Amino acid sequence: MAAIAGTKSGLVWTVQLSTIALVLLWLFPTVGLLVSSFRTVDQINSSGWWGALTTAEQNEVIRAADPDDNRVADGDMFVVSGNLFDGGTNKTITVWGTSSRAIDAFVPGDVADLGDGETVTVQPNGDYEWRGDDDQISGRGQRIFVTTQSPPEFTLDNYNTVLTGGYSDGGMTQAFFNTLTVTIPATIIPIVIAAFAAYALAWMDFPGRAVLIALVVALLVVPLQLALIPLLRLHLGIGIGKGYLGVWLAHTGFGLPLAIYLLRNYMVGLPKDIIENAKVDGATDFQIFTKIILPLSFPALASFAIFQFLWTWNDLLVAKVFLIDATGETTVMTNQIVELLGTRGGNWEILATAAFVSIAVPLVVFFTMQKYLVRGLLAGSVK
Amino acid sequence: MNPAIQGLVTIIVGVGGCIAYFYFSNQILDKVIFPATGKHAGRNISRANMVRPWLFLAPAIFALGLYLAYPVVETLRLSLTDRDLGGAFVGLANYQQMMDEPKFWEALRNNFLWLLVVPAFATAFGLLAAQLTDRLSWGNIAKSLIFMPMAISFVGAAVIFRLIYVARPEDQAQIGVLNAVWLQFQGGGGSFIFLKILPAIILVCFAALSAYVVYLVIKPYLQGYKRGGLLAHLGRVIIAVGGLYLAFLALRSTLTLFGAELPYGEPQQWLTIPFYNNFFLMVVLIWIQTGFAMVILSAALRGIPEETVEAAIVDGANPFEVFFQIKVPQIMGTIVVVWTTITLTVLKVFDIVFAMTNGQWETQVLANYMFDKLFRANDWGVGSASAIVIMLLVSPILIWNVYNARKEMR
Repeated sequence: MAAIAGTKSGLVWTVQLSTIALVLLWLFPTVGLLVSSFRTVDQINSSGWWGALTTAEQNEVIRAADPDDNRVADGDMFVVSGNLFDGGTNKTITVWGTSSRAIDAFVPGDVADLGDGETVTVQPNGDYEWRGDDDQISGRGQRIFVTTQSPPEFTLDNYNTVLTGGYSDGGMTQAFFNTLTVTIPATIIPIVIAAFAAYALAWMDFPGRAVLIALVVALLVVPLQLALIPLLRLHLGIGIGKGYLGVWLAHTGFGLPLAIYLLRNYMVGLPKDIIENAKVDGATDFQIFTKIILPLSFPALASFAIFQFLWTWNDLLVAKVFLIDATGETTVMTNQIVELLGTRGGNWEILATAAFVSIAVPLVVFFTMQKYLVRGLLAGSVK
Repeated sequence: MNPAIQGLVTIIVGVGGCIAYFYFSNQILDKVIFPATGKHAGRNISRANMVRPWLFLAPAIFALGLYLAYPVVETLRLSLTDRDLGGAFVGLANYQQMMDEPKFWEALRNNFLWLLVVPAFATAFGLLAAQLTDRLSWGNIAKSLIFMPMAISFVGAAVIFRLIYVARPEDQAQIGVLNAVWLQFQGGGGSFIFLKILPAIILVCFAALSAYVVYLVIKPYLQGYKRGGLLAHLGRVIIAVGGLYLAFLALRSTLTLFGAELPYGEPQQWLTIPFYNNFFLMVVLIWIQTGFAMVILSAALRGIPEETVEAAIVDGANPFEVFFQIKVPQIMGTIVVVWTTITLTVLKVFDIVFAMTNGQWETQVLANYMFDKLFRANDWGVGSASAIVIMLLVSPILIWNVYNARKEMR
């Protein structure tokens, strides 16, 4: 008995630890993006985000200012002085050197003798003084190899850049509002159309009902890739062109099968008595639908609304085909991020922040309405 | 007009228009065309009730027909015509042209690779997560954290994973996790254990698991089993062949793994390593879809009758036997549903490849190939032909779903 109890608690611990490991593994990528979006450019480039809370060490090569422009005479010597980091930084220099073979030859405050009376000295905060005769202080600036330590540093500047910056600086404001403009009508309109259709398919008797339901199930899996070319031709042909109206219509069409399927499945499960009693009392189908069915179907409506919202918000393909024209004024956030990946693929401070701005809204929706999302998923997967 | 105002107007016009349509069409039907008064009142009511469903359905049928049904036919037609020749009928020339392109075969091969790997791993991880969190006090929190990637766009996920795969020159600090970990391995004993022995064990286990599944699938035939429809037999054969192929692949990779000379100490551009970069892209979709699988399977596990599990425990089954022999067989139907749903997502995968590699370095997939043909090469014929290929790949699932839905309704 003791042995069994022992294995039991061992198993419980294994389960606990494996779950923690799995959750951490799944969170790790997103946390990396979140942390990176709050770091400065220097910090991102000098250490991985997992080291964000520790002091980062970095080797750099910096040239002293151009002697021809900056030297000042001091007796018969010339001096170039300044700050290696141009002032604004909170890095400290731990060791430095003047040649790539000995980058840690000196500590801050030391005077490096470069021969024939030429000297360089560097202070911990990056202030330097380079001294020599007319010949030595000329040409290009002296190279100085520094090893710096930067303490953890977080900033909101990236968000400032991304939220207020223009289109070409990676600004997301315009794209954010465009996405919102696409999303809201594209979520609401299919709900209205689907609700009526779902009621007819669930509670009205007419020939061909079974065929229609089968058709909806079939259309549920038709890849929207098939619709791109014909519909773009159609939109261009009837004068809608590329624009909001086209993308709303397209999202409405693509969202309808799931909407009808989800809502019908839910409405079929509503108690029959209520509807029959209402009919006996002389209510028309329209009244039954608006006064009884719609209020009762709220959970299913909410489920679909969340699905459609997430799908339209996160969509790239439909927006690229039906919305975004050559001017790029109607760009949506996903498209803006893809463009940033192309043009500023190395600027992680901009990329991470832009990506986080775009996933923030879906994450809020997800965590507040998770209950409905789960319910919708359970009802939506064809059994 | 400001797009925001335009949006607002559209909502009002769209929603108002829909409601007005439903209201007035019903009014007209009841009051004008078939009034429920006079000597034909009874007949009129029944006639009105025959027409009414179609009033309710009309907008939906119109939208579905125009946006989903018509494009299927139209794409098929376009795939047989040539845009440059003014839409002349060219027979199967577009398909011929597509078949001659190595990029198409690469896309097809990669799509099959995605089809094998992503649903398998997403379902397996989802099942694992569902079982682990089942009885946990903080299970719901764990579940919603694993589920969270579902809310993240494919593009957002692509950025997240590019940050993981990013490589910097050797003398700079690595800011991508994968390279930072990779540089920890210098070719010593630790590297051998973690990069050769451990993956080999995982691969062999995977091969064994695939072989076991194949065995389960063909077991009835070995015992002289004849029942079941054609579809069921076909499904079994496909699963058996696929499983054997997977097992073979896993064993072969194990051998290559031991022969391979790994470039220790050099940061790797993970997304440019041909063939293996496909797997780095698949990780993104697995990461997203695992939450979906977990939610559905978790609900299915909850639905298992308690008595069956208790009976097994009383009979002395250990936790693994309970899981694999009692629980998994009971939720097999749900596992299939999850598997097919993820398969559908995989067939349409576009954003991830588009944002991460855009099909370079041999990572092309069909949906991205199609987009490429459509908007870069401006070749609508071949674009439509590749869309039809996607449709063909989807259609077995389509038929299966319709078949099941009809069975359920009877």
